[in-house]
Amino acid sequence: MELYMALAIGVLFAVGVYLILSKSLLRIILGTSLLTHGVHLLLLTTANLKTGAAPLLGEQAESYVDPLPQALILTSIVISFGVTSFFFVLAYKAYQRLGTDDMEELRGNGDE
Amino acid sequence: MNNLIVLPLLIPLVTAVVLIFLQKKTKVQRWISLVSVSINIVSALLIIGQVKEKGIQTLYMGGWLPPYGIVFVADMFAALLVLTTLVAAAGCLLFAFRTVGDQREKYYFYPFFQFLLAGVLGSFLTGDLFNMFVCFEVMLISSYALIVLGGTKRQLRETLKYILINILSSTLFVAAMAYLYGTVGTLNMAHLSLRVAEAQQAGILNVIAILFLIVFALKAGLFLFFWLPGSYSVPPTAVIAVFGALLTKVGLYAMIRTFTLIFYHDAGFTHTVIAWMAAATMILGGLGAVAYKDLPRILNYNVVISVGFIAFGLAVATKDSLDGTVLYLIHDMIAKALMFILGGMIIAAAGTNKLNEMGGLIKKYPALGWMFFILVLALVGIPPLSGFPGKVLLVRGGIGEGHFWLTGVAVASSLLVLYSLIRVFMGAFWREDPLLPASEKKKWHGAAYVSAVALFMLVIGLGLGSEWVYSYTGQAADVLVDPSIYIEAVLKE
Repeated sequence: MELYMALAIGVLFAVGVYLILSKSLLRIILGTSLLTHGVHLLLLTTANLKTGAAPLLGEQAESYVDPLPQALILTSIVISFGVTSFFFVLAYKAYQRLGTDDMEELRGNGDE
Repeated sequence: MNNLIVLPLLIPLVTAVVLIFLQKKTKVQRWISLVSVSINIVSALLIIGQVKEKGIQTLYMGGWLPPYGIVFVADMFAALLVLTTLVAAAGCLLFAFRTVGDQREKYYFYPFFQFLLAGVLGSFLTGDLFNMFVCFEVMLISSYALIVLGGTKRQLRETLKYILINILSSTLFVAAMAYLYGTVGTLNMAHLSLRVAEAQQAGILNVIAILFLIVFALKAGLFLFFWLPGSYSVPPTAVIAVFGALLTKVGLYAMIRTFTLIFYHDAGFTHTVIAWMAAATMILGGLGAVAYKDLPRILNYNVVISVGFIAFGLAVATKDSLDGTVLYLIHDMIAKALMFILGGMIIAAAGTNKLNEMGGLIKKYPALGWMFFILVLALVGIPPLSGFPGKVLLVRGGIGEGHFWLTGVAVASSLLVLYSLIRVFMGAFWREDPLLPASEKKKWHGAAYVSAVALFMLVIGLGLGSEWVYSYTGQAADVLVDPSIYIEAVLKE
């Protein structure tokens, strides 16, 4: 199972990196959110996907899955959500003020 | 257990929340933020006193013993950096009072400033890797807000790049932690150190170490500093001063911590990589500092050079060089804050940031001129001033370990610092100014001058009292040389 997850995460990373290297700002933001998806799945996967009950003591199971990575992922998800929403608003504002979403045109000259 | 050591994090956090409710009352905001930083300085001093007397202080959050709970650790290194951060921040805050402008002050400048402080201080004090990531994010998100606050076209453009780079490096940070957790099954730094020592840091752990190096290098501007000169030249000077003094240093602190506490077993591999990156940073930063003719860029490349210089101390990693690293880091945080504050005053006085269009400022602003001149000497490391003791120890450590090449580059980089900054001094202060007709003398607000003079006295005091300062920094470096002291303090019953 971990192998398939690793492959899926690899694809997410590849697509994310490809999108980040493109010109349009929206594609870049999509790329960053794909990357964060990949990294959250990675956090889940590296802690092993052994079968066990959901980490709720009411389940009264023999074994449970590791609860720590789930807490880490939850933290990381809200952080990346906050950052992504800020990034979107920033891109919107930049489009309004600068009139372009093309990264080539957003270079600026070092001399202004 | 010692509840005092969470205070440096708690005070700015509470202050920031209170300041949000006082949005329109800028005068009240100023006073509250200044008082809060002052109280925090006192708490940092108390912590240093305790660490000096009783050794490393720890606090187990919620009473959960490590490795199960989050632990806060104040060893001398962290405590000294907390104090230095607060002193530099107080200077920048005083400078910000009248210089950032009314509009920014009304739109939550001071709350963002306090949140930034909370993030920085939390990163220094935490003993848990994931908690460090969270504190990094607190710091970075406030820095996004501070860098774009004001919303000019240049700010919007550069913030887009800054935010993208930092999202990437944060993503890599989480990935590195995922690998590390998958390999050794813990995230508490002291416990990590034990587990990595058991595994002899072979194979995968070396890969993870390099991944961490890349993450922290992106944050600190070590070799991967391509984002820094552009991003750090758009916000107002008070903000750049905070960034230049604090943000890159947090990345450096994280790097020093991980590579002296966790990944120190295969120094032949990891520390060689750090050495190459440090050398490249010093050379490239030096070239940048010499190449440009506008003041913000020259100052920004000087930040890059000093990052390389501090990483050089980490790469050598003997007692001497780590002593020097701690001393130099403390000097550099204060001196860089002062450098940007004086730079901002020069730009405001000349009305331009182009070196070619400045000139003749010494007649109108003699105090500013001579302070800048002496600061340049301090940054280069001329003996009685604060840059000297750190540099001497670093160079002695480098030569003692046979890193002649690297030491040569480090010494040569000091010359480039000297050249680039003296060029600023001669251009801005000495030359006659034919281009601009005598602009009228700018009246400084008292607060700006007070902050500059106070930091200036500190730069001199750190140099003259280096023997006394060393009695503290030496203790900080002891922990870096021998991680078992740290592990014992955290994991003791």
